[in-house]
Amino acid sequence: MTPGAPPVQVRELAKSYGGANAVGGISFEIHEGETFALLGPNGAGKSTTIEILEGYRDRSSGEVSVLGKDPQHGGLDWKSQLGIVLQSSGESGNVTVLEQLKHFAGYYPNPRNVGEVIEAVGLASQARTRIGRLSGGQRRRVDVALGIIGRPRLLFLDEPTTGFDPQARHQFWGLVNGLKDEGTTILLTTHYLDEAATLADRAGVIVGGRLVDIGPIDQIGGPGAKVPIVRWRQDGVVRSERTSAPSVLAARLYAEAGREVEGLEITRPSLEDIYLDLVGAHAGAAEDAA
Amino acid sequence: MRTLRLGWSRIGYELRTYFRQGDSVFFTFLFPILMLSVFAVAFSTSPNIGAAPDGSGGITWAAFYVPGMVAAGMLLSGVQNLGVDIAQEKGDGTLKRLGGTPLPVFSYFCGKIGMVLASSVMQVALLLLVARFAFKVAMPSDPGKWFTFAWVFLFGVITSCVLGIALSALPRTGKSATAVVIPIVLLLQFISGVYLNFAQLPGWLQNVASIFPLKWMAQGMRAVFLPGSFEAVEPSGHWDLGLVALVMGVWLVVGLLLCRFTFRWIRKDG
Repeated sequence: MTPGAPPVQVRELAKSYGGANAVGGISFEIHEGETFALLGPNGAGKSTTIEILEGYRDRSSGEVSVLGKDPQHGGLDWKSQLGIVLQSSGESGNVTVLEQLKHFAGYYPNPRNVGEVIEAVGLASQARTRIGRLSGGQRRRVDVALGIIGRPRLLFLDEPTTGFDPQARHQFWGLVNGLKDEGTTILLTTHYLDEAATLADRAGVIVGGRLVDIGPIDQIGGPGAKVPIVRWRQDGVVRSERTSAPSVLAARLYAEAGREVEGLEITRPSLEDIYLDLVGAHAGAAEDAA
Repeated sequence: MRTLRLGWSRIGYELRTYFRQGDSVFFTFLFPILMLSVFAVAFSTSPNIGAAPDGSGGITWAAFYVPGMVAAGMLLSGVQNLGVDIAQEKGDGTLKRLGGTPLPVFSYFCGKIGMVLASSVMQVALLLLVARFAFKVAMPSDPGKWFTFAWVFLFGVITSCVLGIALSALPRTGKSATAVVIPIVLLLQFISGVYLNFAQLPGWLQNVASIFPLKWMAQGMRAVFLPGSFEAVEPSGHWDLGLVALVMGVWLVVGLLLCRFTFRWIRKDG
């Protein structure tokens, strides 16, 4: 890999299954040390894209470079620099957490300390429990542990926190932040927009196999998307107005009413609101075009 | 070096998971021993097989079934065990996970074959102990017979493993694995002289069975465990150990080629 080249480069990537386009020509880059979130509804092409980058699927057209290599011809040295947390897992119930991690650590040239990894994913007290006896959320943490045991330069996290309770999710965020601090480049897919907002530096939104937006996480949806919304009640009817100067509006409403404004609230759209607007708009457009 | 080291590490891992899996241990590992016991008990009051007209000589039915059960164990440990096991690992995502790590495919195969070799050595040892001490079957005393046993056994188990790996590509899903694999090995056992006396099968069926390796494994084991007087009952009148080696060798090469060209960590859908 040439120095300074982004770890992930995707240009005009397309994948079709029997004539149907799962991914229809998307382009993006992920920079060294960056956490990039790929967002989109189920069936939008996120998993297909991520599996092409991981080397599991062949693309139909376009160019892909992951750590300087074409994933279709990755090889073992290339794989030793990747960490992959797949969307689903359901196996090796017969070994303990400690046995599984020790065994997998042996695959990599420079693995992390097994005990530290078990500690980091919060399974220290389950280390000697067979994986089959763990709860779904705990098993998912084993998946994450296996993904990071090899000290990857690039980590794929495909819906990593599905099935976690809120406390486990926050613990996981701490773990990912630690990896970011060490300089790990991360590609994350998730349905939890608060997770994307917390962890990602940049995000891309895929709808119907196309990238409909990409940019720094706080600029997704464009400059208009974050404009605050002022809501209040007037004569029993809820009114709302979007303005970049919400306190001016609130002051005017107060002045006009001459008393406390009924039901006044000022909110900024969350990433989730923006995302839902984006997906709604583009899903509608796609149906109109079809 | 790394490939071999990881292969060794896989063998330990595979053995550990295999013996923790109660159902497969029962049905594959103990199966030949259970079958031998069933046949030995069922025919315990029957007259000896191969006895002279006055009822003297010959061997017990337990002794007669030992070579077939040894051969069945070789086939089950390799073909059935690995065919089902690998297809299920493909189905449940184990192989997908391994395919995303720098584990060489060859190390994975080493682990599977090493696991089968280790478990089938234990299996055959247990089988022979049960035959010897529970059913009073006399064991060969000629070292030459034990040499034949060793090479037929090793060659047969490794061939079975390779064929099992190749066969694992056939089931479309992990759930259908047993439905695809078990009828194949069951049919082979019936036509190859494991359960039924091979000499009494019709000639055409003997010919069909001779295409497949199990018939030759069973024949090789008959050469080891049956008295010389039984050689004349073989279709050709000989143990034909050269042919045993040749047919297993051909199947080994076919199996290796199939593995080389059909094995994938995951089923790519286009």
